Amino acid sequence: MMKREGTPRREGSPWTGLWAVVMKEMADHLSSVRMRLLEGLILLVAIGTVYAAIQALRTTVSEDPFLFLRLFTVSRSEGRDLSFVSFLGFLIPLTGIALGFDAINGEHNRRTLSRVLSQPIYRDALLLGKFLGGLFTIAIMLLALWLLVTGLGIFRLGVIPSGEEVGRGLLFMMATVAYAGIWLVLAQCFSVIFRQPSTSALAAIAVWLFFAVFWGIVADILVQIVRPAEFPGDDLGQAQLALALSRLSPNTLYAEMLAAFLNPNVRFLSPVLITQLEGAIRAPLPLSQSLMLVWPQLAGLISAVLLLFAVTYMYFQRQEVRA
Amino acid sequence: MSAVIETQGLTKRYGQVVAVDDLNLRLSAGEVFGMLGPNGSGKTTTILMLLGLTEPTSGTARVLGEDPARNPLAVKRRVGYLPDSVGFYDELTARENLGYTASLNGMSAKEADARIDEVLTRMGLRDVADRLAGAYSRGMRQRLGLADVLLKRPQVAILDEPTIGLDPEAAHEFLDMIRGLKADGLTVLLSSHLLHQVQVICDRVGLFSKGKMVLEGTVEGLSQQVLGGAYRITVETVGEDIERALTGIPGALRVTRQRPGVYVLDTKEDVRGEVARRVAATRANLIGIALERTSLGDVYTRYFHEGAPA
Repeated sequence: MMKREGTPRREGSPWTGLWAVVMKEMADHLSSVRMRLLEGLILLVAIGTVYAAIQALRTTVSEDPFLFLRLFTVSRSEGRDLSFVSFLGFLIPLTGIALGFDAINGEHNRRTLSRVLSQPIYRDALLLGKFLGGLFTIAIMLLALWLLVTGLGIFRLGVIPSGEEVGRGLLFMMATVAYAGIWLVLAQCFSVIFRQPSTSALAAIAVWLFFAVFWGIVADILVQIVRPAEFPGDDLGQAQLALALSRLSPNTLYAEMLAAFLNPNVRFLSPVLITQLEGAIRAPLPLSQSLMLVWPQLAGLISAVLLLFAVTYMYFQRQEVRA
Repeated sequence: MSAVIETQGLTKRYGQVVAVDDLNLRLSAGEVFGMLGPNGSGKTTTILMLLGLTEPTSGTARVLGEDPARNPLAVKRRVGYLPDSVGFYDELTARENLGYTASLNGMSAKEADARIDEVLTRMGLRDVADRLAGAYSRGMRQRLGLADVLLKRPQVAILDEPTIGLDPEAAHEFLDMIRGLKADGLTVLLSSHLLHQVQVICDRVGLFSKGKMVLEGTVEGLSQQVLGGAYRITVETVGEDIERALTGIPGALRVTRQRPGVYVLDTKEDVRGEVARRVAATRANLIGIALERTSLGDVYTRYFHEGAPA
């Protein structure tokens, strides 16, 4: 046989055994105490907020063509946002991190990694299987949640959701899964880098806190430094820069997607001049247009997931198997 | 016989550290080969390279005719590996743990069920198959590990420190099970630093030190090489000039005085008769004469503590 230079090309499909890993991970997640706690928490929040939203909606008399979407976004108390989506924006990262933070280092510490990798699978299948297992778990949970909320809505409001509302609801679920994906893959990335599960969990939570709390502040400061407002015309530029910076945060991307999917009246997400709106018809956007509005956000979020996965993959491939 | 495992100049470097240095290993079918050496002598790294879990820096390996760096799946389908201090998912039962391995090997559910029952029965774990793996004792875990190895009907079993942490009784039982693998026609590569256990089951042994295989051969052969003799005769006597009388014996390689009146001879063959005659000729009282086969432990100790013979 000819001697090959450099790294030899490997043979066999990298996806061998992928579904075995996915099924195992889903079975683990769905029966784990960790997941039950989160499910319980999310269910309580869902029932609480949606019930409150229903109460609020029953008192309004104005005709609303998108009643079902309001279930997710209406909050009863003024001033504070206590809607279902605001809680979801908080609980989804937590779920993603909870499902991913000990993905690889957990196997290391239980000394199962070398045994699993000595089976006829590539590391690719293990890593991707763990990611997909987590993602499917979250998707199943969200789908059940969405059906539950919709059912509750039908039962309490006495109306049936329209086709467009169902479509928007599904897109909202998809966006949420993508958003969960980024926290899941981030936690998995840390689980490859750090040997202690507690360290990787803390690191993932730190990143989440950074984006949830501090990134807004940091972005404001950066704007003042990079583009100080000296002339009246600078306002627009400042606002655009601030928005661009804040869009580096997955939280912003997710919030914008929710706004577009759940509120058909949202027509733009960036600052626009009054003149640009001249002649515009004040009517809710059709679903396809809403989707177009947040297409960059959705694509950005998914590509961020892929990028992080690639980084994780790179780290994992270079890691030594031995404990 | 064709080589089941063959390496040529296999080398692994971690930065400046050479973990495995120019290893040439050859295992024939049906052979039990023991890699002996202290911790950190490159045994596990060698195993990981044979399984394609670590890429060699240079050199080649062939396992069952396949290159593990190039086609690890083909290798891992036919080679079972028991890592040192094997781990299981504690929250799953033994049966479920094996079920995962079976599905990773692409077995159908029906095939897996039958096969799992078979290996669990063979390892004597049938009655505790539905207990959580977390509740298993060290010895049971190790047997479950071997069941896990056998699940895919491997042609080669690679066992890394299989008896570590086992009590003597369990270790003995486990060694019997490994012997059973040989009877089934499996080729077994095992690593250990527990010499006396290895020498009872291995056909051939390789001594590893600092990434190199410094010695290789059958247990008797190694004794010849290192100690220069395979037998050790202890003579107990009272008298003068015994040492000089014993030095000239044909086949005796060295004579050492262990303590006053007790002399130890390393010999190539059993020369007790000659020893007795010579002692008698010096008119000394022969009190006792004993023969023992040198064990691998002596080889090991001699080799690693006294340095390699020239």
